[in-house]
Amino acid sequence: MSTQVEQLDRVVIRIAGDSGDGMQLTGDRFTQETANFGNDLSTQPNFPAEIRAPAGTLAGVSSFQLHFADHDILTPGDRPDVLVAMNPAALKANLADLVKGATIIVDTHDFTERALARIGWSSNPVTDGTLDSFTVHAIDLTQLTLDALADTDLSRKDAGRCKNMYALGLLSWMYSRPTEGTIAFLRDKFSRRPAIAEANVTAFRAGYNYGETTESFAVSYEVKPATLAAGTYRNIAGNLALAYGLIAGAQRAGLPLFLGAYPITPASDILHELSKHKRFGVTTFQAEDEIAGIGAALGASFGGALGVTTSSGPGIALKAETIGLAVSLELPLVVIDVQRGGPSTGLPTKTEQSDLLLAMYGRNGEAPVPVVAPQSPADCFAAAIEAIRIATRYRTPVFLLSDGYLANGSEPWRLPELDTLPDLSVEFASEPNAEDELFLPYLRDPETLARPWAVPGTPGLEHRIGGIEKADRTGNISYDPDNHDFMVRTRAAKVAGIEVADLIVDDPEAAAGQTKVLVLGWGSTFGPIGAAARRVRRAGYPVAQAHLRHLNPFPANLGQVLAGYDKVVIPEMNMGQLASLIRSQFLIDIISLTQVRGMPFRAAELAEMLQGVVTGG
Amino acid sequence: MADLTLKAKDFKTDQEVRWCPGCGDYAVLAAVQGFMPELGVPRENIVFISGIGCSSRFPYYMNTYGMHSIHGRAPAIATGLATSRPDLNVFVVTGDGDALSIGGNHLIHALRRNVNLTILLFNNRIYGLTKGQYSPTSETGKITKSTPFGSVDHPFNPISLALGAEATFVARTLDSDRKHLTSVLRAATEHQGASLVEIYQNCNIFNDGAFELLKDPHSRGDWIIPLEHDQPIRFGDKAVIADGLSLRVASDVAEDDPRLVRHDAHASDPSYAFALSRLSQADSRLTPMGVFRDVARPSYDRLVNEQLDLAKLQGPGDANALTELLRGSDPWTVN
Repeated sequence: MSTQVEQLDRVVIRIAGDSGDGMQLTGDRFTQETANFGNDLSTQPNFPAEIRAPAGTLAGVSSFQLHFADHDILTPGDRPDVLVAMNPAALKANLADLVKGATIIVDTHDFTERALARIGWSSNPVTDGTLDSFTVHAIDLTQLTLDALADTDLSRKDAGRCKNMYALGLLSWMYSRPTEGTIAFLRDKFSRRPAIAEANVTAFRAGYNYGETTESFAVSYEVKPATLAAGTYRNIAGNLALAYGLIAGAQRAGLPLFLGAYPITPASDILHELSKHKRFGVTTFQAEDEIAGIGAALGASFGGALGVTTSSGPGIALKAETIGLAVSLELPLVVIDVQRGGPSTGLPTKTEQSDLLLAMYGRNGEAPVPVVAPQSPADCFAAAIEAIRIATRYRTPVFLLSDGYLANGSEPWRLPELDTLPDLSVEFASEPNAEDELFLPYLRDPETLARPWAVPGTPGLEHRIGGIEKADRTGNISYDPDNHDFMVRTRAAKVAGIEVADLIVDDPEAAAGQTKVLVLGWGSTFGPIGAAARRVRRAGYPVAQAHLRHLNPFPANLGQVLAGYDKVVIPEMNMGQLASLIRSQFLIDIISLTQVRGMPFRAAELAEMLQGVVTGG
Repeated sequence: MADLTLKAKDFKTDQEVRWCPGCGDYAVLAAVQGFMPELGVPRENIVFISGIGCSSRFPYYMNTYGMHSIHGRAPAIATGLATSRPDLNVFVVTGDGDALSIGGNHLIHALRRNVNLTILLFNNRIYGLTKGQYSPTSETGKITKSTPFGSVDHPFNPISLALGAEATFVARTLDSDRKHLTSVLRAATEHQGASLVEIYQNCNIFNDGAFELLKDPHSRGDWIIPLEHDQPIRFGDKAVIADGLSLRVASDVAEDDPRLVRHDAHASDPSYAFALSRLSQADSRLTPMGVFRDVARPSYDRLVNEQLDLAKLQGPGDANALTELLRGSDPWTVN
């Protein structure tokens, strides 16, 4: 039979199964095929904190969502058009997210009475009418995989483990994806176990052929490549982009990179990645605890390296005292917080933006720290370089606030030309800076207020620094009241005076002068806010969007931007932390839209809320 | 290369020393400044890092590079510095509260990693800077401001603790015995890797006389057990003998008694040095002094930098290599 090929402009697919079923790998491969094909895309993995929750339970469901399109897109999509469910729990856990009319491909192999009862289903949803409003392809994917591998020597268990590749093959056929990359990938991944490699390739091809030959799939789809700016692209997740940004920034600064870190979700991948790249002068130190991680990084900075520490909320809480020391020592230090749901252990694998005020104020004393935030997975690269620029130029600890959504989500990234990246070269102090061959460690650059970076090993510049208040210029211990007042104000002025780029406002209707509402965001809400703003504009209502890279200090033009609108809306994945900062600094009212579900905003819901504000509802 | 032109006074700073008059810290500072020229290292390549407490003011009085950091964290900060700058001589100055209470974790990990640090642990068995609370090395039953009915805590023996972490160099000395202190400093700085030197130090304000038995010329011979490598361990009319799996002090031990212990600081198994450290358990006045353990094991900074050097041999980490890295395995081009 001839299959009809239908053209789509965008699709959202979610693949779900047990956390041991290889769902993340399957998602990654489909993403890579999609990237190679030239679609724009955005991904969102979602997995439990437990490494192997009991099989077949709702707690153990792991999923991967991919949004791809023939035009530029901003989010991994709100609700899937297609759900692939590899067991009953995966179907149950994801069913509520589907819109009516969505397609469900379900592996019926495990739909036994016992498995259904385990997750609280008394009858089989595939046959009892529960799925009537969806297009359902109920297929025993596991048995088909076993059949396809019947001629191999693989055990039933090993053969069954290839079912994710069978499903990937079927999806690849449905969406006209190129397959060569996946086959090459499998042979490379399992190069030491050729039998396993060939079994996975066979299952993948069998799934593809099943789609092509079976009559149950009347339609396959095509999503044409997107028109992206010319250049070389790759797909990249936020943590990887962040690690690469740190390497590139250190190279542009001409400094060795020293990472001190303690493993913590969802930041550990940065430690893993950096530990591979020693040839770039990267030292990674897996410390005994979070405090030692940042302590060692600060010690390395004292010695002339670029000290970096990576963590998430609970670890950042432990690092607070050392960040305060870095503020007092005025040494460069990059502190990366890949935020997750809190308080306490909270939701380790879920996303949140609730550490903004911790980064701003979470220290004893007046201890200002610059804060930057990336807005998308690929943007983590540029944000890391910006954090390094501020840390080295102003000799200060800098917070970089990523989050779980940016860390694990991915998107195409246009590769930068390295020589277009900012020159961050650093000059260490090399000679005395005062009369009588004296060296004054706290004599400041009048422009930046930064103090000299004089590293041990430099003759004639021996000096002592510490956490006790120090006298201006000499750095000697000082308890003098006026000196303390001066030093507190000077440290504040240094951070307040950091030069940052002006805020750019996206307001297509600006010329008409009718835009009354500005939606302002920071961090990973960029995608959902942008998608929501587009929807509101498409509905005929003007709305302006601006997104903050710098949370401290704010861009110099922020006050002026805010004053240009009647209403300012700030959506955040917290209880309104940026809204608080803006209110207190600019004395204006803010409409704070908040959500703390451990998941990104859905663009459709956000659009509805925004439109309500724009239309005065 | 020894810089023989340096004198002790070259290591003094212009800062007024602010310890209490009579504090044992003065003696240690003088001994360290006096020893520095012998180290033969230019001042700019020496760094003193401290935590918080009376002893931690030490870096301000040393005309080298220095950092007075935060409570308990000096070993962690020094680990980052020593690992990234193997060309430096890094000292950590700490106290019994700083190193063994709030910073205990960093101390044991610096020791087990064998980071190239010389750690001077000033043990006065009391909290001084916070004005007189008991410390993790205070004897049980100690009456202090925070323990008016006597402390019920069992104290740490810092030497046993360090040996439990398999420290490669562990020694004990006394603030007032400059000659012994200097000889221990010499051995500690010659050692590659982490050296822990416990210095019994008198706090004349809050715990005066804590080590008087070891200082009084009439009593010290009865209680100090001198540890000298390859020498029989004898003091007064007593000696240390092997007794099953442990050691004990005995009287009237003949020269040819097979149980008589000849000190071996290079014994690879830390159990022997640990047994020495436990002699104080039988009678807390019994105090082995000197180098308990001095064994060779590659230092952490060396191993870390060997990996870095090896990686660089496989290809330079230049802009071309970075461009390749960023491209990944599956890039695509849009025209």
